Amino acid sequence: MTEQYPGVPERIQLMDENGTVHEHPVFSAYVQDVDASLLRDAYRLMYLTRRFDDEATALQRQGKLALWVPSRGQEAAQVGSAFAFAPNDYIFPQYREHAVALHRGVDVRGLIEIFGGAATAGWDPRKHNHHVLTKVLGASTLHAVGYAMGLKLDARIAEETGQLQTGQGQATDPATDSVPPSVISYFGDGTSTEGDVHEAMVFAASFDAPVLFFVQNNRWAISVPFDVQSRVPISTRAAGYGFEGLRVDGNDVLGTLAVTRYAMEKIRKGEGPVLIEAETYRLGAHTTADDPTKYRTDEDLAGPLKADPLIRMEKYLRENSYADDSFFEEIESEGQKLADYAREVALNLQAPDFDYFFDRAYAAPHAQVEQERAEYREYMAGFEEE
Amino acid sequence: MSQIFELPDVGEGLTEAEILSWKVAVGSQVAINDVLVEIETAKSVVELPSPYAGTVEKLYAAEGDTVETGSPIIAISGGEASGSDAPAPAAESLPEAVTSEPDSDSRPLVGSGPKADTVKRRARKSRTAPIASSPVATAAASAPAQPVVPAEPLLGHAPVDAGGRNAGLLSELADRASKLVENSPLNTVVQRLTGTQNAPAQTAPQAPATPAVAQTLAAPPVRLAAKEMGVDLTQVPPTGSRGQVTKQDLLNYVAHLNDVQESYDKHWYPSTSTGDRIERILVRGVRKATAKAMVHSAFTAPHVSIFVDVDATRTMEFVKRLKKSRHFEGIKVTPLLVLAAAVIWAAERNPQVNATWTDSEIQIKHYMNLGIAAATPRGLMVPNIKDAQELSLRELAVALNNLTTRAREGKTQPAEMANGTLTITNIGSLGIDTGTPIINPGEVAIVAFGTIKQKPWVVDGEVIPRWVTTLGGSFDHRLLDGDLSARFMADVAAILEEPAMLLDS
Repeated sequence: MTEQYPGVPERIQLMDENGTVHEHPVFSAYVQDVDASLLRDAYRLMYLTRRFDDEATALQRQGKLALWVPSRGQEAAQVGSAFAFAPNDYIFPQYREHAVALHRGVDVRGLIEIFGGAATAGWDPRKHNHHVLTKVLGASTLHAVGYAMGLKLDARIAEETGQLQTGQGQATDPATDSVPPSVISYFGDGTSTEGDVHEAMVFAASFDAPVLFFVQNNRWAISVPFDVQSRVPISTRAAGYGFEGLRVDGNDVLGTLAVTRYAMEKIRKGEGPVLIEAETYRLGAHTTADDPTKYRTDEDLAGPLKADPLIRMEKYLRENSYADDSFFEEIESEGQKLADYAREVALNLQAPDFDYFFDRAYAAPHAQVEQERAEYREYMAGFEEE
Repeated sequence: MSQIFELPDVGEGLTEAEILSWKVAVGSQVAINDVLVEIETAKSVVELPSPYAGTVEKLYAAEGDTVETGSPIIAISGGEASGSDAPAPAAESLPEAVTSEPDSDSRPLVGSGPKADTVKRRARKSRTAPIASSPVATAAASAPAQPVVPAEPLLGHAPVDAGGRNAGLLSELADRASKLVENSPLNTVVQRLTGTQNAPAQTAPQAPATPAVAQTLAAPPVRLAAKEMGVDLTQVPPTGSRGQVTKQDLLNYVAHLNDVQESYDKHWYPSTSTGDRIERILVRGVRKATAKAMVHSAFTAPHVSIFVDVDATRTMEFVKRLKKSRHFEGIKVTPLLVLAAAVIWAAERNPQVNATWTDSEIQIKHYMNLGIAAATPRGLMVPNIKDAQELSLRELAVALNNLTTRAREGKTQPAEMANGTLTITNIGSLGIDTGTPIINPGEVAIVAFGTIKQKPWVVDGEVIPRWVTTLGGSFDHRLLDGDLSARFMADVAAILEEPAMLLDS
């Protein structure tokens, strides 16, 4: 399909399916500094994410979570991109970027609480520069662009007044920022079909908003295959908005890291938005409420299973002697501990008091909310004692 | 110490699941997250991993059983739920059936939401009890077979009537049910119908009686199955914990209907039968529209009906000649063709029969959209031949044929029925001599064409057999007085008596 249409971006790959690294005239330069230690860290985060993800899926099957959104198969795209961000970059996840949340120091408790129905947000976004999950698809792209436009205004105010601005209360101290803050919007191929995304991209382009659109193209919008959604790779669309679109093998950590670093460099220079399409594959279900065997055959899955990013990375680390058995055993036991912790959290979730929800409707007291709270209390008091 | 794993809601808002296959047996050793069982829900087939480690002590449901979410499915003893301080209920304290309802504090927040939501809803204090809820509560407490239905229920759960069933529907139903059975997921149907399977343990005897609710609750697959079997879900007594019709309820009901069919497989129901012996058919669709149109016409347009006997022998000869002519080769020719031509001919001479009456004006139509009343699979329809006045006899024959064929196949489109100006109803094809037709609304005249048969007829003082028919006509007296109606009918009759007069136009 790519030959048929003009303007389709080249597919960038640095580490192929066999774990062999190839030189790229532009992007190899962006990972010159990457050493064995960073690659081990990347693999560790990929592995921990998968272990946690598997446990959460099981917990849902055991009735402890209302829903789970598996990230299996997309770890390289998430870790490769997350590693390219500065601490002061503000991330708007969709709901499947568990690796990004872990990288940002979000306690898995928060994720378990959200999917267990015990919390509305799960963590304080300002402490992690990592926003809450947005289950309304596409909406977060608008939030991200708005936030990015706000950062630009902050920068102007800082310039005019000499007063450094702290964004919308970011965790990081602007005085210590090594680079100007940017915004990242994660979403998927299915979301790319929604109208909000179009609006977000138009505004981002018109206002040179410092925002990265990071699309994990996992080939499936629930049961709708990608070729039903688009004739061309999503990265092709960026040209239509007037900014750069890049296409990368999303199961290649190294390639994804390089391309994301390149994009962040452009964005920080004030050149406006960039779109990255990471081509990956959703190995699991869309959510635990979905049965992929109804629309996806074993043959469909055979290729993607072989292209599993964890297999590729392990092979690379072992063949280059960057990691040995003890490393893998160590992270395995670390993964088990993380899974045990997630299970313990899930088994001991407490249903929040209804006041919890009233408390969180507005930051400050609000007359209408207080009236509704009073009505609710009266209603609850109207029951017979048990 | 044994721990009970209750069927979780693995989707979003699922109420039940079928046990497809157990991956463990009593005595099996299991670790946390080992696969225990494969289940099929309304949404998907999923494997359930074990939340506990230990030895399988008991399976509460058999393969093929449909289990409600929140019901115990397996007991595992010996081990511990890892990292859990949550007290697991002891096995001995649990009743066998679904009624087990763990203490609300130790219940998971999710997983069996729909059930936890309503099963043990606390009663409202009486002063604040909503009016609507009291009859429901009363109904629940009294006999389930005769719920107290609030004054105007939209869809009450009527008691199952043993009698009033259409035998044809029933046999079709049985066919459909067995067809569904072949398509597996409903394979328990067959077992239910043939009685080879015992009622599964988890099907609580008579769960809380059905409240009279405005809508029948059922999961989508149950609705689908009911639809495919042609079963009205509102008729199925529900036993689900939330008052919903379960798959089992549907199957039981179908089995029940089949029993009923065996005993009442005839049109007449014996006086000893206990059920309703009146079959009730909802008035809808074409029947409803026809009724409305007829009432409207009969009670707004004062009808005057007149009849005339006609010697149609020459018409019969004419039809015979046309059939033989090469010009009409391959075209169906009937006396109706001659009548249609006669009506057009006569309307030209008496224009007021081809008109519409409104209270302020009389609209004379200078075109003829000739309606032909037709019995169709969907009921009575009156499609019309547009601009019939422009058609040659041959074209009219083709148009008539097309119209009746399409009507008989049920393919008549609304546009074909719109804007008629005058109608013919051919009751003769049913062997009837004549009748008083009711005018098609919006028109002022209708002609009924009786059967044509040989009758004794007096010609020149001699009684001889002739082909005789009776024409009936109804006219809107607001517009058409007796003389005008009579002249029109006489003109039509004249053509039937001598079709050659059609040439005089």
